[in-house]
Amino acid sequence: MKDMEPTVKITGLDRRIAEAEKDIPGWGIDADPENEPTYPMKRYTGADHERLNYERAPQQRTDVEVLHSIERPGVTRVFGVSAPPSGLSGMLRRYAFRFSEGSSAHWMTLILADRVNVVEGVLDDLRHGHIPNIFAEKGWKAEWRYNRSGAIRKALITVAVASAAVYLLTRSRRVGRIEGVH
Amino acid sequence: MIAMNYRGPFRVRVDRNKPDPEILHPYDAMVRVTRSCICGSDLHLYHGLVPDTRVGMTFGHEFTGVVEEVGTGVEKLKPGDQVLVPFNIACGSCAFCQQELYGNCHESNSQATAVGGIFGYSHTAGGYDGGQAEYVRVPYADVGPMKIPEGMDIEDAVLLTDVTPTGYQAAEMGGIKRGDTVVVFGAGPIGLMAARCSWLFGAGRVIIIDHLEYRLDFARRFAKCEAYNFRSMDDPVVFLKKTTDGFGADVCIDAVGCEAEGSTMQTLTGRKLLLQAGSATALQWAINSVKKGGIVSIVGVYGPTWNLVPIGNVLNKGITIRANQASVKRLLPKLVDHVMAGRLKPSEMITHRLPLEEVAEAYHMFSTKLDNCIKPVLIPNAA
Repeated sequence: MKDMEPTVKITGLDRRIAEAEKDIPGWGIDADPENEPTYPMKRYTGADHERLNYERAPQQRTDVEVLHSIERPGVTRVFGVSAPPSGLSGMLRRYAFRFSEGSSAHWMTLILADRVNVVEGVLDDLRHGHIPNIFAEKGWKAEWRYNRSGAIRKALITVAVASAAVYLLTRSRRVGRIEGVH
Repeated sequence: MIAMNYRGPFRVRVDRNKPDPEILHPYDAMVRVTRSCICGSDLHLYHGLVPDTRVGMTFGHEFTGVVEEVGTGVEKLKPGDQVLVPFNIACGSCAFCQQELYGNCHESNSQATAVGGIFGYSHTAGGYDGGQAEYVRVPYADVGPMKIPEGMDIEDAVLLTDVTPTGYQAAEMGGIKRGDTVVVFGAGPIGLMAARCSWLFGAGRVIIIDHLEYRLDFARRFAKCEAYNFRSMDDPVVFLKKTTDGFGADVCIDAVGCEAEGSTMQTLTGRKLLLQAGSATALQWAINSVKKGGIVSIVGVYGPTWNLVPIGNVLNKGITIRANQASVKRLLPKLVDHVMAGRLKPSEMITHRLPLEEVAEAYHMFSTKLDNCIKPVLIPNAA
């Protein structure tokens, strides 16, 4: 089904003031310019009512794929070009951008794409003959420098847990083989 | 060039062969980075909590540098200028920028309408590479960057790009009246600065709440405020009510955001299962600790989905909630004045200075709070 499009689009003032004054008894009578709870964060000028009618910068050339929110008409005048979408994660990101920012499908798909992208990153490293140094990438040198006893404790616990897991796995296989013989 | 390279949650590395950034737009500048901080909000990216954080991206939205090259349309900057660069990427001419909402620019972030462009802060904030690198592309160079005033310490300058304005705006949004009791949740760099700045607005009492003793000790010295550990309380809301005659604080500031500790339910659903956009414990406490008719100011960063907060209490107590990304450009003139006059000394919160090559260690140290880390700064070789 085709999305419903708004039937009324007003690009200037939201309500034609002259008409409103005529049609609606008491229009604007309680307006209080002092009631501006956004000040000083926002210095209200009324520019909001002009919507997109401002002087816009030249458009940056689009040499890479840039996804844009469906809540806006197109890409912004300037945009980042870091890590354009690619591979399976890129497909997921393109799919995510079919949904609005208010949709869980948008954000959850992006998080899924991020996790897929991590695996792609490792595969890409391997393809280029680079074995990721997980120890260095996780910055564990800092742990060794500033929390040596904690680092040793963590390493010992990891080794103990891994050993126990290996022992249990190999034991259950052995038991399975023995039971199979009987 | 050398640059930080994100590889996945809790994994970053130094990329020694990242191509130098290029001028891609007439209003761009290329800046050689001289100082670059790791922000508490970078940890949300590092921990994999911000959607559309792509492998290969360079983080970093707090940096100073020297202008190396400018686009044909740049008029206010020239090569050789030393600049501090606000974390907001702002066009200066859209309806929001015209009204000084530089954190909400409509022409700098294609991927999301809910936030303006931010350097090195995922594609949800525009997909720009950030300043944890030797060089960085700075769009709209006539709008954001400010020449570092003569005589200003570069370490104060770099903290004027985010921490100081964000902390200041947190206090400003609180609408603090003379004598007000202000409670700040979180004694990280933003919370420390919010507490410090609350005095500038005439607060009568400033209380900071955290769970890390070394940060609470630091807060007492840096922000000259009361500091309490919520791990020592049965319920921080009851504690704050008791200490304000059962009334509640006049203003509460959430300077923690989505990685708050203190509630098993929030931690489980927000940080472990990702069923909400992080753990909203600090915001929950802020809403419940503020007085009726009070103000809650939010500068802690949350993800774009949803959070469990007691919105019914917001209604019934008549609370005003004010929140935004800091509008750095708007606040800079005032904050430069405060720094130059000695009323604020942001660089006092820098605890670690590391070469850019040690970015992985720096992230790990900051994330796990090793060596009493408050604020780490990266220094590129080319600085």
